[in-house]
Amino acid sequence: MKLLRELIFPLMAVLAAFIVGGILILLIGDNPIQAYKLLIFSALSWPDGIGYTLFHATPLIFTGLAVLVAFRCGLLNIGVEGQLYVAAFAAAWVGITMSQRSAWILVPLCFVAAIFAGGVWGAIPGVLKARFGSHEVINTIMLNFIGIALISYFVQYHYKVPGDPIMQSSEIGKGAHIARLGKFIPGLPERIPLNLAFLLALLCCVLVYYFLWRTKWGYELRSTGASPTAAEYGGISIRKQIVIAMTISGALAGMVGINEVMGYRYRYYDGFSDNYGFTGIAVALLGRNHPFGVIIAALLFGVLQHGGIYVDGFSEHVTKDIVQVLQGTIIIFVAAEAFFRGQFENFSLFKQSKV
Amino acid sequence: MLELRDISKRFGAVQANDRVSFKVETGTIHAIVGENGAGKSTIMRIAYGFYTADSGDILVEGQVRQISRPHDAIALGIGMVHQHFMLVDTMTVAENIVLGAEPGSAFALDLNTAAQRIRSLSEEFKLSVDPNAVIENLSVGQQQRVELLKALYRNARLLILDEPTAVLTPQEVDEFFVILRGMREQGKTIVIITHKLSEVLAISDEVTVMRDGKVVGNVQTKDTNAAELARLMVGREVLLRVEKPEAHVGEPRLKLNNFSVSATDGGKRVNQVSFEVRAGEIVGIAGVEGNGQTELIEALAGLVPASQLSGSISFEGHDITNEGARSRRERGIAHIPEDRHRRGLLLEFSLAENSILGVHYRPPVTSLGNIMLDNAAIQRRVNEIIQGFDVRPANSELPARALSGGNQQKLIIGREFKLNPKLLLVSQPTRGVDIGAIEFIHRKLVALRDAGCAVLLVSAELEEVTSLADRLLIIHKGNIVGEVDPKVATIEEIGLLMTRGH
Repeated sequence: MKLLRELIFPLMAVLAAFIVGGILILLIGDNPIQAYKLLIFSALSWPDGIGYTLFHATPLIFTGLAVLVAFRCGLLNIGVEGQLYVAAFAAAWVGITMSQRSAWILVPLCFVAAIFAGGVWGAIPGVLKARFGSHEVINTIMLNFIGIALISYFVQYHYKVPGDPIMQSSEIGKGAHIARLGKFIPGLPERIPLNLAFLLALLCCVLVYYFLWRTKWGYELRSTGASPTAAEYGGISIRKQIVIAMTISGALAGMVGINEVMGYRYRYYDGFSDNYGFTGIAVALLGRNHPFGVIIAALLFGVLQHGGIYVDGFSEHVTKDIVQVLQGTIIIFVAAEAFFRGQFENFSLFKQSKV
Repeated sequence: MLELRDISKRFGAVQANDRVSFKVETGTIHAIVGENGAGKSTIMRIAYGFYTADSGDILVEGQVRQISRPHDAIALGIGMVHQHFMLVDTMTVAENIVLGAEPGSAFALDLNTAAQRIRSLSEEFKLSVDPNAVIENLSVGQQQRVELLKALYRNARLLILDEPTAVLTPQEVDEFFVILRGMREQGKTIVIITHKLSEVLAISDEVTVMRDGKVVGNVQTKDTNAAELARLMVGREVLLRVEKPEAHVGEPRLKLNNFSVSATDGGKRVNQVSFEVRAGEIVGIAGVEGNGQTELIEALAGLVPASQLSGSISFEGHDITNEGARSRRERGIAHIPEDRHRRGLLLEFSLAENSILGVHYRPPVTSLGNIMLDNAAIQRRVNEIIQGFDVRPANSELPARALSGGNQQKLIIGREFKLNPKLLLVSQPTRGVDIGAIEFIHRKLVALRDAGCAVLLVSAELEEVTSLADRLLIIHKGNIVGEVDPKVATIEEIGLLMTRGH
């Protein structure tokens, strides 16, 4: 019963968004039912539809988890974008530098690099907040710029293939490749980039769930987000929780790099992220800040992402920007509901910051 | 003057008022008493027009009237002063009083006429206050006078006062009663909503008792007593003063030596305090709120940064001045906090998750390498607390927010008692708690004392702290200004130490 209540609001938000989008489509001269049919069926076709949809959903699961872990500690991590770029580059760097190594060594090392780099990039604003009380929203946004610019510099001047006009690094070693799911699933061609990182994402959902609700560390993190004063009373160190939450958040964001660099392009490609970090915020909100909700929300956004491309190609007037409209409208409705439900109380640490 | 006939009001699933009927005679002080949720605030808000009754009639001076908004009530001469004042802090007394009834035109606010009228009302009713003073600079007692003047300015003949003494010091309460009696002499009718029986007996002429939305009693004050009123409020015999056997005092557990707590602005909130608490005794600290008790208890619980402390705290011979909250709890120091919503509970979490706050990181709550939470153990623990401390509703999955204040407090008390503490720090244990639960909590505290625990009790309720404490300290402006034997000291004596410091 409680679960039903939790699901109702996001469902209504999505429905409302589709209605608003439908009106927009009507206004620009296309048939909304047609457009939506195209969108949904193209996203759910086999093998291309489902394959690409799940592939698009993978980074959103990671970023959704990243945002949700921070949320649960009362923190707003707007730096997921920067964290995932830094981590992707770290994975690529290891993959390039040690390209001769075998998969047994290289795959774990690249994993560690991505997770570690993302974790560090998340820990920085965490420490700044814990130590100085400075606002994580500002610091994470700033670090986005810094991180992305730094990595661009490295790629442009040090890691690009000489003569290559595209802003991308050289290839990583074969040992750092992780398998496409097409290798194991009959009927799914390997040209579709859906790879093992998707399974890793699902595993992370389970791990995050267990961490937050079944371990004492998760209890401390959630308590800090729910009521820092009560958590302090209970002997929990708020500062420690802030750093831990931001580090874990960054580490989860970093795993996007695994999907992108090790499972798809096999190199670092500048600008590879289609706003994954920011969409992660919408995914977390729509998923009610719960790992299993994040899966569903990420799948929905994945459907929109892939379906949008088709709608763009096969509609007279509708472009793939309709996806942005739908995403944005969903966010507005979900945020409005969260506001009314008093969920912004969860940003208690948000309020306590001295900027 | 005012008659309520068969008023009923429902809010969703709750029948807040169930055929409530009573009369308020002109020129009397009429008290409405009941526990939290009894419906007393609701009925008077209906009389004032904040709510509209589902059924029933309101008669003012014998005539049935429609009161659908406060404007109507005010036009009929009914005024209301709320528990939480509705004043604009940054404006002056005069501006607040005339807000909504401003004299002069839209272009020229005539505050002088207003000020004159305010002054004459002040004199008539002995409500001395400067019309040009700014609200935020006034004391609570003075602000209350402004609220009274607001009603009188609008020619109120019947004044409804909601928990008027909740924020007043004992001294201010006495002054307040003098004002009320004066108003009564002038022909005003007064209705007081309160849960403080001693005050009801001191000031009112007639009492209406409500319970669960119904009127359960209507008596002349001179014909009744506290025990009878309590029995009507709760529905059973209530022990108002807990029976306390002699204390068996043991060795000192807690020792404070020249202990001070500074605030972040540098001012000293607790000033060079020294005392001790021994096993098997309850040491009470009486004082008007805001004299350092809050800071003292928080510091003793380990919730104040060491940089703000000076002097020393020792527990069982060990210096714990620089220890944090967790290690203090591990030593056996439990803490029932003053602000249960802010400190004591995670309101959005379930009772089960609240029951482990403070012990969540070690066995038996944890298992599997001291990392995983053991749900079975947690369930056992919360059920023991719910049973042992009569927490209702007895559903461990409910969010703590869903419980009433008294049940929330019982949960917290049960959780802290489960530590089998050697020292219990408890602050305002029965604030916002119903009379039935108050008795329960008091008995539990005495039982804990008898089991050998040292208890330090801070309370703004003089009745409570004098009946529970074996030794009573009085705090004033951060200093301990006296120690009395609660069995022999008089309320006056204690009240003087509380308000004057000597």
